[in-house]
Amino acid sequence: MTLLRGRRILAGAMTLVAAATLAACGSKTTDEKVSSGVTADTSGDTVKVGLLNSLSGTMAISEVTVRDSIMLAIEEINAAGGVLGKKIQPVGEDGASDWPTFAEKAEKLIREDRVAAVFGCWTSASRKAVKPVFEKNKALLFYPVQYEGLEQSPYIFYTGATTNQQIVPGLEYLKAQGTKSIYLVGSDYVFPRTANKIIKAYAEANGMSVLGEDYAPLGSTEFGTITNKVKSSGADAVFNTLNGDSNVAFFKEYKSAGLTAASMPVVSVSIAEEEVKSIGTQYLEGQLTAWNYYQTTPGAANEKFVAAYKAKYGADKPTSDPMEAAYVSVYLWKAMVEKAGTFEVEQVRKASDGITFEAPEGLVTVDGATQHIAKTARVGKVGPDGLITEVWNSGKPITPDPYLKSYPWAGGLS
Amino acid sequence: MTVLIGQLFTGVSIGAVLLLIALGLALTFGQMGVINMAHGEFIMAGAYTTYVLQQVITAAGWSLLIALPVAFVVAGAMGVLLEYLLIRRLYARPLDTLLVTWGVSLILQQLARDIFGSPNVQTRAPQLLTGNIALPGGITVANNRLFILALAAAAVAALTVGLRVTPLGRRIRAVVQNRDLAAVSGIPTARVDRMTFFIGSGLAGVAGVALTLLGPIGPTMGTNLIIDAFLVVVVGGIGQLKGTVIVAFALGVLQATGEYLTTLSVAKVMVFIAIVAFLQWRPQGMFTLRTRSLA
Repeated sequence: MTLLRGRRILAGAMTLVAAATLAACGSKTTDEKVSSGVTADTSGDTVKVGLLNSLSGTMAISEVTVRDSIMLAIEEINAAGGVLGKKIQPVGEDGASDWPTFAEKAEKLIREDRVAAVFGCWTSASRKAVKPVFEKNKALLFYPVQYEGLEQSPYIFYTGATTNQQIVPGLEYLKAQGTKSIYLVGSDYVFPRTANKIIKAYAEANGMSVLGEDYAPLGSTEFGTITNKVKSSGADAVFNTLNGDSNVAFFKEYKSAGLTAASMPVVSVSIAEEEVKSIGTQYLEGQLTAWNYYQTTPGAANEKFVAAYKAKYGADKPTSDPMEAAYVSVYLWKAMVEKAGTFEVEQVRKASDGITFEAPEGLVTVDGATQHIAKTARVGKVGPDGLITEVWNSGKPITPDPYLKSYPWAGGLS
Repeated sequence: MTVLIGQLFTGVSIGAVLLLIALGLALTFGQMGVINMAHGEFIMAGAYTTYVLQQVITAAGWSLLIALPVAFVVAGAMGVLLEYLLIRRLYARPLDTLLVTWGVSLILQQLARDIFGSPNVQTRAPQLLTGNIALPGGITVANNRLFILALAAAAVAALTVGLRVTPLGRRIRAVVQNRDLAAVSGIPTARVDRMTFFIGSGLAGVAGVALTLLGPIGPTMGTNLIIDAFLVVVVGGIGQLKGTVIVAFALGVLQATGEYLTTLSVAKVMVFIAIVAFLQWRPQGMFTLRTRSLA
């Protein structure tokens, strides 16, 4: 074949791929008129709920465990008689680590399956993609993952930590340890960029210097340069907001470069027990994480949760913060529905304020005004067995403050 | 200065990875003109081979060494199968090979998902390769990167010698230059095609083994690599091993420099702009194969 022909064909192929990508991005839902909300189908003796997680793609490493833990809660609730006398029937969809897919599947769950609530999403990008879908259809999403804050939607319950329950306590821990300078490494999308804006504002107000800030595309596995930059910066610590399997490549490179938890600790906010296991404990031992829950968190509620999870999914499966938050979500929804006496979304929302649950992480309380929950903050250290043990906690649940209104340094952020 | 040398090494090691993933493609796309979108999945097959072997042979060093030839054969066999079942019917229709192999790549990804599960898996690196060598002046050179560099060099050397010296290599070159003339000269072109595919796909398997040292192993890892591999081969000049080698390292260093001065995302854009500009200036790539073929 001639070279030119080959090239033209390749160019054609690239155009094809680009067109397919664009088409995928453009495939928004086409409902012109704002609907008055779809009522859930509760005619039978079951009530459907949607499970929307990435079971494939770069985020599957994390999101599959969330699905497992939602299923556990559903089974437990069904075994105890269900919600308002109805058994919960889960309807699962794969968001495939792709934001337009998340929006599409959310629409499908709400309009076709007529679910009473949806549990899921992990990345902020996926949450931002489905937010308008839930708002338009006046349907409920329970979002179980820590996130960057600065958001509030009447149709989303945020059961993971907002920034003042995870990132700010993490920074306060570093400050208390005498950390003077930090380096920021994150995935290139909404959560790390917003989180880093908050971290920089905090650092400026607290006499901490930020020596650098680097982002890698989600799913990126080439960290040679970033590690070099981090190393030559001589920072006291690294604040890591990488998501998904990029962490694997980052920590492998970090160790190869001769950096350790002793020479330059990394505080991660997206790595929990499950990720520690799949990244490899040898790469993470001694590194720090900031969360609200660890498998090792003491308490009877947690012992019961861990035992039930291991009985169902295997003794080698660890439990983690987002899994716990997802598990708690289902129980919180049940409590809200029972208080409201109906599955009707507006009634459920009105009933939410003040709902409490004895969660594995300790007592959590729903704040009806922000639709976030009060949670205890915990900083932990990765041990040689891959489990994380607490080195510090906030002592009591911290009231959610998604817009950081109670922090003077955060004035310019929201 | 330390940083500069450190970055240069990073660039070279990115180049070595690019070279390894593009080398097999240089043979199947560069030499044979087949746009094999499933090449990335052959890389994935090599990576999973390492993972499977490590379940059987727990000593990480041995399993890695054994994985190199095994992955070569596994991926090579997949390549031969693909060639025999589909591609040989499509040599005259390159655009169709693209669509067909794209379909195959999606099937292979789903197959991997069904066998190994959708979450990514990891291998343990041998103790020897997790450390680094500290050079004077605070420069550290990671052992796994050195290993990949050596592997890439060995693969290039073997391929060059193989193509120049062995009878099979001479036949491959003859078929590439003029298929019809080679056929009438008594060269069994169909068998040569199959062998070329075996070697090209096998090299993808070897690249897969190397990649387990750097990052996660997952069903979609191939899709992230295939574009980079095509870029290297196209810019290097179709049918030219030399071009593939030079361009892989040039892009690696450019990427590392760009990343250092700006950010990873901006550096990627810079590399793409550089490639577009280069192809405007030299649409045939860095080197071209002189051929008497009239096609």
